Amino acid sequence: MIKLDSKIPDGPLAEKWTRYKAGLRLVNAANRKKIEIIVVGSGLAGSSAASALGELGYKVKVFCFQDSPRRAHSVAAQGGINAAKNYKNDNDSIHRLFHDMIKGGDYRAREANVYRAAEVSNDVIDHFTALGVPFARDYGGSLDTRSFGGVQVSRTFYAKGQTGQQCLLGTYSSMNRQIAKGTVEMFPRRDMLDLVVVDGKARGIITRNLLTGGIERHSAHAVVLATGGYGTVFYLSTLGLGSNASAAWSAYKKGAAFANPSFIQIHPTSIPVLNDYQCKLTLMSESLRNDGRVWVPKEKGDKRQATEIPEEERDYYLERRYPAFGNLVPRDVASRAAKERCDAGYGVGDTGLSVYLDFKDAIKAQGEQAIRDKYGNLFEMYEKITGINPYKQPMRIYPAGHYTMGGLWVDYDLMTTIPGLFAIGESNFSDHGANRLGASSLMQCCGDGYFILPNTISDYLADEIRTGKIPVEGKAFDEAAEAAAEKVRRIMAVKGKQTASAFHKRLGKIMWDHCGMRRDAEGLEKGLGLLDELEKEFWNDICVPGSENDYNQELEKALRIADFFEIGRLMCEDALQREESCGAHFREEHQTETGEAKRNDAEYAYVGAWEYQGAENKPKLHKEALKFEFVEVKERSYK
Amino acid sequence: MEFTLKIWRQQNAGAKGGFKTYPLKDVSPEMSFLEMLDYLNKQLIEGGDEPVTFEHDCREGICGTCGLYINGRPHGPMRDTTTCELHMREFADGDTIFIEPWRASAFPVIKDLAVDRSSFERIMHAGGFISTNTGCAPESNSNPIGKHVADLAFDAAACIGCGACVAACKNSSAMLFASAKIAQYAMTPQGKVERKERVDQMVRQMDAEGFGACSNTYSCEFDCPKGISVDFIATMNKEFLYSKLFGQKG
Ligand SMILES: Cc1cc2nc3c(=O)[nH]c(=O)nc-3n(C[C@H](O)[C@H](O)[C@H](O)COP(=O)(O)OP(=O)(O)OC[C@H]3O[C@@H](n4cnc5c(N)ncnc54)[C@H](O)[C@@H]3O)c2cc1C
Ligand code: FES
Repeated sequence: MIKLDSKIPDGPLAEKWTRYKAGLRLVNAANRKKIEIIVVGSGLAGSSAASALGELGYKVKVFCFQDSPRRAHSVAAQGGINAAKNYKNDNDSIHRLFHDMIKGGDYRAREANVYRAAEVSNDVIDHFTALGVPFARDYGGSLDTRSFGGVQVSRTFYAKGQTGQQCLLGTYSSMNRQIAKGTVEMFPRRDMLDLVVVDGKARGIITRNLLTGGIERHSAHAVVLATGGYGTVFYLSTLGLGSNASAAWSAYKKGAAFANPSFIQIHPTSIPVLNDYQCKLTLMSESLRNDGRVWVPKEKGDKRQATEIPEEERDYYLERRYPAFGNLVPRDVASRAAKERCDAGYGVGDTGLSVYLDFKDAIKAQGEQAIRDKYGNLFEMYEKITGINPYKQPMRIYPAGHYTMGGLWVDYDLMTTIPGLFAIGESNFSDHGANRLGASSLMQCCGDGYFILPNTISDYLADEIRTGKIPVEGKAFDEAAEAAAEKVRRIMAVKGKQTASAFHKRLGKIMWDHCGMRRDAEGLEKGLGLLDELEKEFWNDICVPGSENDYNQELEKALRIADFFEIGRLMCEDALQREESCGAHFREEHQTETGEAKRNDAEYAYVGAWEYQGAENKPKLHKEALKFEFVEVKERSYK
Repeated sequence: MEFTLKIWRQQNAGAKGGFKTYPLKDVSPEMSFLEMLDYLNKQLIEGGDEPVTFEHDCREGICGTCGLYINGRPHGPMRDTTTCELHMREFADGDTIFIEPWRASAFPVIKDLAVDRSSFERIMHAGGFISTNTGCAPESNSNPIGKHVADLAFDAAACIGCGACVAACKNSSAMLFASAKIAQYAMTPQGKVERKERVDQMVRQMDAEGFGACSNTYSCEFDCPKGISVDFIATMNKEFLYSKLFGQKG
C-alpha cells in the first residue's frame, strides 16, 4: 500500500531548498555516462529537463507523439511567464509571488514546493535570455513585463502573444545542442502505452511507434513523465488534439498515486463554440484582460449589436462584483461569473453562451497602434476564426477547459509513489493547488526541468551507479508489452460503427455537464453512471478502420479515449469526496450567501491522492494534510 | 455549401499515389478547413473506408504540424494563414478543391497528406542553438538589447517550422527556414559569439539534406503563414560570406 511522504524539509521557508539541495547526493561525472534516463514529453518541462540532464552527461532518451519536439503543446501558451524580478519596482519579491500562488490556489498547495517554484523563477528568465529567447523589451533595452490575473504587480515576461512558442523554441534549442552532442536521443512519433516496473522501481516504458504500429520496449535507470495535461477529457478544450492522459494514467495503474484529479481549470476567455463540427477551442490570452473590459447587457436577451448598446445599459459585472481586482480576478472566479450571467439569461451571441470582452476604452485611451503592438496576433487570430474585427466590435468569449492542476502525486523530489518515476510540469499536481494563476505554468515547467529535477534525480541515481544497463527482456517487460499489444488488438477487434471522435464528443459533454465549472453530488453521481454506459458502448461499437501495423490515427484516438473514460470517472469520484468549494472546484452545496466558493479548511485542507486498486475495485483515497506555517489561511477575497 | 474534393491518396512512402475524388455536401462556412476534412473522414469511416491521413495538433496556427498544399498553394489561398486557421467561408460554394501533401524530395510522403520533415530537425541539430549551459546565465538586464533589434529577432523567431517555404519553392529550398534561425541569433549579443560556426554548419546540413538553392522568386515569403521576410536570407548569405572570408574561428 502507498505511503505518502512529502519529504518537505524543515527550516525557514526561504532556506528549505538551499539546505535540502546541499544534502542531496551526486553522481560522479564518469558514472553519469553509464546511467540512462527516459523523459516522456518534449514540452517545456520535458525538453528543459532533458537539456539539463544531457548537459550533466547522463544518457537521455526523449519521447513525444508529435513529429518534432518543437510541436509540444507548450508552443500554444500565449500570455507570458512569471518571475519575481521586481523590474517594475512595484515591491514584488519571491515571497510575494509565493503568496500570490498559494492564495490563488485557494490554499490547496504545499508551501515548500510553491516557494521553491517562485525561488527559481528568476533563474529561468535569465537562462532564457541567455538562450536568445526574444522577450519583449522597452526602448532602453531592458525586459518588459505586464500584469496577469489574481495579482497586483507586473511580473509577467512575454514575447507578444507567443510566449510559449518562444520559450519552447528556447528549451528545444538547448535540447538540440545535446542531441548534437549525443547525450540526448530523440524518439518522436511515439505513444507511451505503459510503464514498466521491475522489482518496485520504474525501469522503462512501452511505446507504440505511430508510423509502423510496432510495440517497442525502452529501458532506463529512471523515468521522468512530462506529458502535460488531460484537459482534452472535455473534448472541446484549448489543448492540442493529441494531448492525452494515457502516459500518466498507465503510471497510476502501476502504482503511482494520482492527486486532486478533479482540479481542472476552466479558462474564462476562449472563443465560444461556433459550430457543431468544432473539436477545438481557441484561447484568447488572459493578458487581454489587462486592457479589455468584460460585460453583458443589463437587459435579459438584449439582441442589439454590442456597439448599439449604450454605456449605461452595460453591466461590467466583474468590475461591479470585484472592485479591487476588477477584470483581473483569477480565472476560476471570472469563469464562474461568466457562467452565472449566461445561465441567468444575459449571455450574448446566437446561443446566449458568451460575454463581451471590449477594447473600446483602451483603444480610445492608448490608440489602436498601442493595442496592436501588444495583442496584434491575438486580434488577427480572433478575426480569422470568427470573421469579426475586434478593433471594431468587442470579442465574444466563453469559458473552456484549459489546464489540469491535478496530476501525478509527487514528493519534494518530484518523485511519484513509484521509486524512480518522476513527474514534472503540468503532469504533476504540485504547485497550483485548486487554481493556477496565469503565467505560472511556464514558470513551473521550466523551473522543474532546468533547476529542480536535475538535483533531486541525481540523489536517486546515486544508488544506481553499480546497476548496469537495464535489460528490456524479462517478465515485467514481457507482461507490459503484451498488455499494450492486447489493448490494441482488443480495440481493433470491436469493428463497430461509431468513430472515436463521436465517442470523445459525447464523453466530453458528460464531463462538462457533470464535472465542469459547477458540480453537485447528484450531477456527479449521474455523470458516473453515464460514463459507465458510454464506456460499455465504446467497447461494443468503436470503429477503427485500417490496420494496427500502420500509421493509424483513428487507433491513436481510440486508445486515448479508452483512458479518458477511466480518468473521467476518477475525476468525478474526487469531486464527490471533496465536500467543499475551493478554487476551480465549485460544489453547489458549498457556497457563501453571495455565491462565492466556501472552503472547509477544518476537514478538507489536504491533497487527495488516489491509489489504483484494480479494474474491479474502487480506488483508495489517501490524504496528505496541508500545513500552513508561513501564510495565514484566509477567505480568498478579490473584492 | 458543397465541394468536390480531389485528394492525394498514397498508402505509404513506397506506394504509387494518385488523386481520388470525393463530393462533399452540407459543409458549413463556419467550419475550418481541417474540420471539413474531419467531416469527410467521419463519412469515410462510417462507410467502411479508410480516412484520409493528415497531420495537425494545436489547430490554432502555432505548432506547425498541419500543412496541406491546397489548390496549388501551401496552406491555401489566404496570406498569413495556416491550413488549420483557414475557414470554408473563404471558398465559393461548388468549388473543386485540390489537396496534396508538401512536395519536396527532402520531405518524403509518409501516407496520404502526411510528410516526413525530420530533415528540418537535423538542420537545427547542426547549429540552431546558443551554446550555454543551465545555470551560467548572467542577470537578464545586464545585456540590454534595443527594442527594434529585439522586435526583429522576434519576427525571425516566429517561424513555426511547417515547411511551407520549401513546398512553395520551385527548387525546394529551405533557405527561409534556416535563415530565420541564423538571422535571429546573429542579431543579438548572446547569439553573435558562435555565429560563424552556426551558419557554416546549418548551411552545410541544409545542402546535405537535398534542399535546393534559392533563385530569388520570393514565393517562400509570400506563402509563409507567419510572414517571415526574405530579408533574412540576405542576412544569412552575408553571414555565410563573412564566415568564409574570416574563417570560422576568427
Ligand atoms: C492555449 C494555452 C495557452 C496557455 N498560456 C499560458 C501562459 O501564457 N502562461 C503559462 O504559464 N501557461 C500557459 N498555459 C499552460 C502551459 O502552456 C502548459 O501548462 C505547459 O506548457 C505544459 O507544459 P508541459 O511541458 O508540462 O506539457 P506539454 O507542453 O503539453 O508537453 C507534453 C509532451 O508530452 C508528450 N506526450 C503526451 N502524452 C504522451 C504519450 N502518451 N506518449 C508520448 N508522449 C506523450 C507530448 O508529445 C509533448 O511532447 C497555456 C496553455 C494553453 C493550452
Ligand atoms: S495544427 Fe498547429 S499550426 Fe495547424
